[in-house]
Amino acid sequence: MSEAKTAGRELSYAQAIQEAIAIAMERDERVFLMGEDVGVYGGAFQVTGDLVHRFGDDRIIDTPIAELGGAGVAVGAALTGMRPIYEFQFSDFATLAMEQIVNQAAKLRFMLGGAVSVPLVMRFPAGSGTGAAAQHSQSLEAWLGHVPGLKVLQPATPYDAKGMLLAAIEDPDPVMIYEHKILYKMKGEVPEGHYTVPIGKALVRREGPDATVVASSIMVHKALDAAEKLAEEGIDLEVVDLRSVRPMDRETIIRSVMKTGRLVCVYEGVKTLGVGAEISAMVAESEAFDYLDAPILRLGGAEAPIPYNPELEKAVVPQVPDIIAAVRQLVRKER
Amino acid sequence: MSSTAAETIAPLSGDNRPFAFRQFSPETLKTALRQMYLIRRFEEGAEESYMRGLIHGTMHLSIGQEASAVGSCLALSDTDQITSTHRGHGHCIAKGAEVGRMFAEFFGKETGYCRGRGGSMHIADVTKGNLGANGIVGGGLPIAVGAALSMKMQKRKDVVVCFFGDGANNEGAFHESLNMAAIWKLPVIFVCENNKYGMSVSTERSTAVANIAERAVAYAMPGVTVDGNSISAVAEAVHVATKRARAGEGPSLVECKTYRHRGHSKSDRNRYRTKEEIAEWVAKDPIGRFETELKDYGILDEAGIAAIRDSVETEIANGIEFAKASPMPDPSEATRYVYSD
Ligand SMILES: Cc1ncc(C[n+]2csc(CCOP(=O)(O)OP(=O)(O)O)c2C)c(N)n1
Ligand SMILES: [Mg+2]
Repeated sequence: MSEAKTAGRELSYAQAIQEAIAIAMERDERVFLMGEDVGVYGGAFQVTGDLVHRFGDDRIIDTPIAELGGAGVAVGAALTGMRPIYEFQFSDFATLAMEQIVNQAAKLRFMLGGAVSVPLVMRFPAGSGTGAAAQHSQSLEAWLGHVPGLKVLQPATPYDAKGMLLAAIEDPDPVMIYEHKILYKMKGEVPEGHYTVPIGKALVRREGPDATVVASSIMVHKALDAAEKLAEEGIDLEVVDLRSVRPMDRETIIRSVMKTGRLVCVYEGVKTLGVGAEISAMVAESEAFDYLDAPILRLGGAEAPIPYNPELEKAVVPQVPDIIAAVRQLVRKER
Repeated sequence: MSSTAAETIAPLSGDNRPFAFRQFSPETLKTALRQMYLIRRFEEGAEESYMRGLIHGTMHLSIGQEASAVGSCLALSDTDQITSTHRGHGHCIAKGAEVGRMFAEFFGKETGYCRGRGGSMHIADVTKGNLGANGIVGGGLPIAVGAALSMKMQKRKDVVVCFFGDGANNEGAFHESLNMAAIWKLPVIFVCENNKYGMSVSTERSTAVANIAERAVAYAMPGVTVDGNSISAVAEAVHVATKRARAGEGPSLVECKTYRHRGHSKSDRNRYRTKEEIAEWVAKDPIGRFETELKDYGILDEAGIAAIRDSVETEIANGIEFAKASPMPDPSEATRYVYSD
């Protein structure tokens, strides 16, 4: 990681992303951004904001409402010397563009025996909590995480949102970034200028000997909240921020589980066949298995689409009390 | 001709030869004929190798469609780009690939264009400006538009020729791509190779318009339907479209009416077209037609044609030998080239 130059400055997650885009576009004229309403509108979540006035509408490009075509245009531009960033208005709309993401972007380098690369970044506003209901609230990162050829990131803080985006733009391969819509307004320390956060590295956000929680995206914050409350009961949690779904940081996760002997995976995507299923299986297959003092637990989204009603909406994704209850269950089992 | 008027190149007074004979040197025309033979003999060679078990999987032969591939690429340079289709061997050769490395790819060899990882459906020589064949119907269309966006952003004079079939024109990707190319005035030429069928379904059954070029109207670009078995007619339409693209005036749609002599792929039992229809189109073979024209206009005689044919035979035989003698990829490298090293 390049050293942060300044400390103490706070930006929102959305502002941090915008700053990363601006820095990349200043540094490299091949970088441009395209998406729906990213120009004068400023993006559905105001991530691009006023960038169009700074860089012009030929580098901050409003596309028609055409996700398949738009994604493919980004693939074609990446293949021929540009560094496109393609913004999906909502991550859910990637379902219309799966062809270009999964069949083309992910596989072109391989299919052509290494003769090309696809330096492409796609950004996906994801997650529930906005009352936008079933078609605008999903967390489908595991879908793309299942595809060799893609890299899939989930920044949880403004610092990571900026540093990971800059790393992604500089990466020679297609990088998919799942941004959580609820995090866009969250503030945090963000150094000025250019820095990168390495792709594929998890981060221990809180150290503790009693149990490991591996959480992704917004769940990192819920896990940290749960850790504060559990500390009052004398349970000291270790919280690992997954940060990268593909590649997954096996080493950091396994090291933590070998230390604590207990693992809870917390993620917003549907529990079954989700990111936590992979983490659990990876640990169960590893040298950490012998260190486990309790079964591995997963807390994920319910087996249902995201409902509109705010109480129902909360009920289908893990909340702080769910994490607390799961950890208590694990720790009690052994005591 | 479709309803959208397209410019044509007016013959100089007294010169009644077809466009290609007015536009290109005898050397270029001879090379074009040679490329058509090369495509034909490459595919026949691949067919034979397939029968002998040297090639696995499936493949889609373009025998009968050589004029649209060669005619479209005739005036392109190596820095002009193309996107190709599952029926892409002809495009690949027309854009300058070597048959030896193509055979090697089909045989799954490390020396193939894709190091044996792609096979027939992903064949491409990227260094010659071929961005790849594609296993997905319509998959290349948005990619071509993206490549054309690159050309514009990089202020290059290069154009992109996007090949696709009649079947692809009913995919959403076709419509999204033509619209974006038009609103941004991108240097892309959409070349539809209308061989009357998408697998077994005829265009009459699949497509609401009689000529696919009519769809250009909806995207405010010129659309022209040409005899796809006439290399000159194809070259003329693509020449006009390319000039327009290089001048920054935007995209065009060229529909080449043609026919594949063979079945859709290796699994085709040919239950959807009659023997008479096939015979009728075999009689309209684009290679025989071009040979006749070359003789009529005094560019080649029988001996000249025989010499070209012989040199193609040698090139094909050498290509197959090269492929046979080439090493297989190492299975321990099966997951290589997924990411940049
Ligand atoms: C998205 C998609 N749907 C279906 C197929 C199966 N398929 C392969 S080629 C083909 C026919 C395509 O017809 P056309 O575009 O006219 O090309 P042609 O084969 O005639 O050259 C079909 C249905 C596919 N490869 N991709
Ligand atoms: Mg067809």
